[in-house]
Amino acid sequence: MMGGLLHWLAMGGYWPFVWPAYAVAAIVLGGLAAETVRRHRAARIRAAALERAGPVNS
Amino acid sequence: MWSFANPQRFLGLSRRLVPWLASATGLLFAAGLLDALVLSPPDYQQGESVRMMYVHVPASWMALFVYTLMAGASLVFLVWRHALADVAARAAAPLGAGFTAVSLATGSLWGKPMWGTFWVWDARLTSVLVLFFLYIGYIALRGAIEDETRAGRAGAVLALVGFVNVPIIKFSVDWWNTLHQPASVSRLDAPAIDASILTPLLLMAAAYMALFATLLLLRMETEIYARRVRAAAMREVAAAQARDETGEAAGAAARP
Repeated sequence: MMGGLLHWLAMGGYWPFVWPAYAVAAIVLGGLAAETVRRHRAARIRAAALERAGPVNS
Repeated sequence: MWSFANPQRFLGLSRRLVPWLASATGLLFAAGLLDALVLSPPDYQQGESVRMMYVHVPASWMALFVYTLMAGASLVFLVWRHALADVAARAAAPLGAGFTAVSLATGSLWGKPMWGTFWVWDARLTSVLVLFFLYIGYIALRGAIEDETRAGRAGAVLALVGFVNVPIIKFSVDWWNTLHQPASVSRLDAPAIDASILTPLLLMAAAYMALFATLLLLRMETEIYARRVRAAAMREVAAAQARDETGEAAGAAARP
């Protein structure tokens, strides 16, 4: 079981390239997703406050 | 279709679509990563290093797709003045830059064991780097111009001029001698990849596309909200100025 996991993690000796490639993709795409959701939430709250203050149209 | 160019209608549609797209993104990534990292076999030549293809190739496809979409939206904005097209182009740019960064970084990591180098100034790699700078240039240009309409027009012109780079990237492996391999999936005849490797590749590509669609809609919503807030703030400033002028005029009239 442990040996199988270590064999898989070793990626045939290519682990120094395979795992950083997946890490880079996860960090960049995950970061973009987190930043998008955070900005969306803040903008929606500001727009909702504005709508409560009075009707607005874009 | 043009009816959805109305921001209010777009917001309604987007709010309904985002939960479905986000769920699809999660499912596709779960299935794609399982197939890419566990179920698919190693390549007979590249061994386990082929697993880098599943994060690299979809990122490269998305880098080109997002720029094409951005250029199309820019054309619609310049010709028909649809504000929502400008919103779409602006929202897509950081996502395209992100996919291009992933393509460059993962390609570099894949290049080291396969070519013996992280980087080489050949036609494919250099033209993708130029694409990354085009995205960054577009974002910087939009941020540097305060007036929304002028910023939109300048950005649209840059996006359209930069579109010439897209066919250069696509055909660079055919036109010049490069280390990069030619197209394996998007060929006129059948793909030159076995189904056991093609399936995780397409699953990951679908996951990237679903992620892009989700984030694009959220960023477009954000931009619409931000424009509403800016418009309201400007109306408030204009109203305050009008009140001041009226007050001054009334004060001047009341003076003996």
